[in-house]
Amino acid sequence: MIVFEDVAKRYAGGYTALAGVSFEIRHGELVVLSGHSGAGKSTLFKLIPVIERPTAGRVLINGQDVSHLPRTAIPYLRRNLGLVLQESRLLFDRNVYDNVMLPLVITGHPAADAAKRVAAALERVGLDGRGKEMPAGLSGGEQQRVAIARAIVNRPSILIADEPTAHLDPAYAADIAALFRSFNQAGVTVLVSTHDASLFAASRPRRLVLAKGQLVEDSRPGGRPAQEEVAA
Amino acid sequence: MINWFYLHLRAIRHALHRLVSQPVGTLLSALVVGIALSLPGGGYLLLDNLGSLARGVSGTPEISLFLDMNAGAAEVAAIEQRLKGESELASYRFVPRDEGLRQLEAAGLGDVLGGLKANPLPDAFVLAPRREDPALFERMAERMRSWPKVAHVQLDSAWVERLHALLGLGRSAVLMLAGLLGFALVVVTFNTIRLQILTQRQEIAVSRLLGATDPFIRRPFYWFGGLQGALGGLVALGTMALGIEALAAPVARLAETYGAVFALSGPEPEASLAIVAFAAFLGWLGAAISVRRHLAGT
Ligand SMILES: Nc1ncnc2c1ncn2[C@@H]1O[C@H](COP(=O)(O)OP(=O)(O)O)[C@@H](O)[C@H]1O
Ligand SMILES: [Mg+2]
Repeated sequence: MIVFEDVAKRYAGGYTALAGVSFEIRHGELVVLSGHSGAGKSTLFKLIPVIERPTAGRVLINGQDVSHLPRTAIPYLRRNLGLVLQESRLLFDRNVYDNVMLPLVITGHPAADAAKRVAAALERVGLDGRGKEMPAGLSGGEQQRVAIARAIVNRPSILIADEPTAHLDPAYAADIAALFRSFNQAGVTVLVSTHDASLFAASRPRRLVLAKGQLVEDSRPGGRPAQEEVAA
Repeated sequence: MINWFYLHLRAIRHALHRLVSQPVGTLLSALVVGIALSLPGGGYLLLDNLGSLARGVSGTPEISLFLDMNAGAAEVAAIEQRLKGESELASYRFVPRDEGLRQLEAAGLGDVLGGLKANPLPDAFVLAPRREDPALFERMAERMRSWPKVAHVQLDSAWVERLHALLGLGRSAVLMLAGLLGFALVVVTFNTIRLQILTQRQEIAVSRLLGATDPFIRRPFYWFGGLQGALGGLVALGTMALGIEALAAPVARLAETYGAVFALSGPEPEASLAIVAFAAFLGWLGAAISVRRHLAGT
């Protein structure tokens, strides 16, 4: 469960990236967040793993208010989230296998089981047997798949991806979109942002739309608004 | 607990990997640290050897207690009684005036003395204190000067005092040198770790995003600093061993010309261990300060 309660984010420079944003994502939902560039999508995503903190309102993850989470508790929150953010780059000094292994190394996961999980995650994103390759030798779409494999290797119940299809050829982008849909069908709560919401239309997701830092649309597949529009 | 152990093991592997993956840098750092530490280490060895050399050549230093010419047997006995009560005395020996004379004659001074009608020497006690401490010598002599029938107290310790002063000076110099170069070691490690943190910004940022804790990120740097310091300590021991090797023969020859048998000795196993541990500690300290300073914002 991800709950935003009247969340605002004003950056140090004084720029208000989010204002009065409220929504509630239930377990097992597939939610697509869209909006123009600069609308505040990335900012909203950063509030969930506490890369940034809200300047007003509350953010709750599985019932826990994370807006004031102590610094030492943040790593343990992040371990339960699958993150594919702009900041989650691959490490180019090691191969695909070691990149995907990293979250398990961080949690001190037993080696034998970790190897199985990495293999399973790579297979899940269609990169089975490619573990020995270096990221630099992969296409943009393949690199994105490695990042996704790394995000799911810890088997998180919530998967968050900020524009995972950006800079990809349309065919690759559609593949990635289908991948997130399949994760959702396997029971994972998925929150993705995109500026091309049509990519996910086939999945009939719930749609959130941001404009200038405000939530201007929240609609379920049936076309019925899930929530009243936030007053401007 | 097992997880903690595993995470440290991983940190050690990580640190070793970094050391091995830059062999030239590792070697250079170890050399710099090692040579820097071998200076105070060598100084310490030199002092140690000088101390034992001085003890070997001179025998035990003594205090001579000369009595009044008119001291009688009862008064001699009284003084002996007092000497028995001195806890700082290792031993004492009574030298009656006749024996003193014989000693002088034996030393070839019989002709000079032969011209004298009576034996000019007083009775004397020769004392060996328990410890070779100039301050102790001075205190004992001062006390005994006030005893009845003691005419003169002679310290056989002028040279001991001088040697101790010299050795003390040397020790201060070595300590200062060790402090200075130890500080340099901390600075060198501080900078090495700073550069490492810079080059690993990306890995650190991604690891944090994936749920790495502060200790997880910091541990490899601590181990790296400690291992690099220890490596430097080993180089220092090697340098000192080479120095002793090179100096052993000339020193032995020199000692021979003074009729002494003397061999330079290297550091004791405990001292060697202490040097390596100290170097490791300094490396760890440099890393810890650097990590605190440079990882805070990430
Ligand atoms: N760290 C920051 N400091 C100041 N302003 C920022 C920062 N990050 C983003 N912004 C500003 O906040 C607004 C929203 O940015 P962002 O959340 O990245 O939007 P989106 O992802 O929808 O393009 C933009 O105007 C951007 O310039
Ligand atoms: Mg963005």
